[in-house]
Amino acid sequence: MSVLVIVEPNNGTINKGGFELATFGKLTAGQDKCLVLVVGKASNAGDLGIYGADEVYEIDQVPVHDSAVYSKVIADASEKLSCHTVIIKANANGKATAGRVAIKLGAGLVSAANSVPESTGGQLQVKRGVFSGKAFATYAITTDKKVITVLGNSIQPKEMGSATSVQSLQVDVPPSTIEVVAKETLSGRAPLPEAELVVSGGRGFKGPENWNILLDLADALDATTACSRPVADADWRPHHEHVGQTGIAIRPNLYIAVGISGAIQHLAGVNNSKTIVVINKDPEAPFFKAADYGIVGDLFEVVPKLTEEIKKLKAGA
Amino acid sequence: MKTLVCISKTPDTTSKISFSSDGKNFNTDGISFIMNPYDEWYALVRAVELKEKLGGTVTVINVGDASNDIVIRKALAIGADDAIRVDANPIDSFFVASQIAAVAKDKSYDIIFLGKETIDYNGAEVGAMLAEMLDLPYVSFANKLEVDGDAKTIRREIEGGTETLKLSGPCVISAAKDMAQQRIPNMQGILMSKRKPLEVVTPVGASSRIEVIKHDLPPAKKGVTLVDAGNVAELVRLLHEEAKVI
Ligand SMILES: Cc1cc2nc3c(=O)[nH]c(=O)nc-3n(C[C@H](O)[C@H](O)[C@H](O)COP(=O)(O)OP(=O)(O)OC[C@H]3O[C@@H](n4cnc5c(N)ncnc54)[C@H](O)[C@@H]3O)c2cc1C
Repeated sequence: MSVLVIVEPNNGTINKGGFELATFGKLTAGQDKCLVLVVGKASNAGDLGIYGADEVYEIDQVPVHDSAVYSKVIADASEKLSCHTVIIKANANGKATAGRVAIKLGAGLVSAANSVPESTGGQLQVKRGVFSGKAFATYAITTDKKVITVLGNSIQPKEMGSATSVQSLQVDVPPSTIEVVAKETLSGRAPLPEAELVVSGGRGFKGPENWNILLDLADALDATTACSRPVADADWRPHHEHVGQTGIAIRPNLYIAVGISGAIQHLAGVNNSKTIVVINKDPEAPFFKAADYGIVGDLFEVVPKLTEEIKKLKAGA
Repeated sequence: MKTLVCISKTPDTTSKISFSSDGKNFNTDGISFIMNPYDEWYALVRAVELKEKLGGTVTVINVGDASNDIVIRKALAIGADDAIRVDANPIDSFFVASQIAAVAKDKSYDIIFLGKETIDYNGAEVGAMLAEMLDLPYVSFANKLEVDGDAKTIRREIEGGTETLKLSGPCVISAAKDMAQQRIPNMQGILMSKRKPLEVVTPVGASSRIEVIKHDLPPAKKGVTLVDAGNVAELVRLLHEEAKVI
């Protein structure tokens, strides 16, 4: 029995997120084999072998937006390749599909794992964030078959093998009953849940006309932009940038919060970030209690200076 | 339009989270509970809007004990017509999905709505499981829904953007921000909610598939290092050399 890892390429290549999953799969598999199924075409699929895949399979033309079809492909692949555990990325398609795969396989499911599970006596213990980042829970999956979804940035990809050949996998792909009529990409940057660097703005910016100050900082760092809820509610920024308990929960390496007070609902979605920097003119702002570094000052003066200093650092590097 | 809206009860967003000394159970002392915001603000309100526009009924369903009746009454006050409570402790998402599927199986709902996720366990699991049990299409994280006869056009959140999908016939939809605007129940709604039917049903057999080992709280932060506003270069140095994040 093996572990099956599902990887979706981005625009024809597998990126760091995909290699991360291969490493995650291998570490979960222990003595067992780690098989990776690439759903779609990727020119570098064989490189998954470097990061932990013992065998790499490929299947193309799967309507991944339709969880009914996608889950059938994954469940059939898992049966065909005799796998006891299926690992899927905790992104929009992965979350929509994992629950269906679990029902098809009679498996227990733990979503959005943030570290490699521990295997004890046939059980798998999986840790994940709960209460929107305010706590963690560790679960044992008690069924023979197991399904886990994994958050981006949970581990770093590790080199542990060499590139391997890619085999095509034959499973039946029924036609989808859901048609894709439009797709809209909102920014060229890394999507928020996967971003390693995030700069975020709050009501302290006073209005959308001042956002270029934050966008310049984002450009200098090559960071993704986010915002607090009132900013999205006022349509200063698009809704998909809203982070927090009722927005997106993120855990980048660096979160720079500018003009955000640090309300408990905001912190809930960001406090698992590795390093938090807060820029606020109010020394009493609650966010400073959750921060690693802070500057008490006027954002309209501090942020442009910060952008310049970062440009200097990058130019020197 | 006949819709079913799955609602759950979650701790208020300002709650301080703590656990029993063995780490197994969430400590509910002093916690006030609310209807899960995604269920209330987006799923329920969109279902009520569709009823107002197209006619039909909105039923809400909850898996839980009688202490949940307060959030169920709120859903009725916002505009649902009737409610079903499956009288059981919602042990895990498989158990909850099994209960809702058993109720929904023969009722031919046009749309079954859920919120994107609950703000306590954040699993986003029940919708997919339920859709599979009922053999229905599932669209998650929907932030716009238009219904035209049998056809549904649904925009959903995906990484870094949105995707618009079209399907016909019954389906399961999980609702995200933008799907609708929060509604505050008015006096008439609150009065009417007391007389609307709330049916309590016994659970079907389903065993849990996962077990809680423990809960932990995040490690305390070591405290903030403040840098003078006139010395921004020092912050960049610390991020580069000490935190090593840039
Ligand atoms: C059920 C519920 C769910 C919620 N979910 C979320 C959520 O998911 N995400 C979220 O963000 N919020 C959420 N909120 C809202 C939350 O409670 C706060 O109201 C919100 O986070 C505040 O946003 P803010 O920090 O941008 O604005 P404010 O609280 O108004 O803070 C603005 C900050 O900017 C600072 N400032 C002003 N001018 C300057 C300047 N020139 N230079 C530097 N600093 C300046 C001020 O000192 C202040 O600290 C939720 C609320 C509820 C009730």
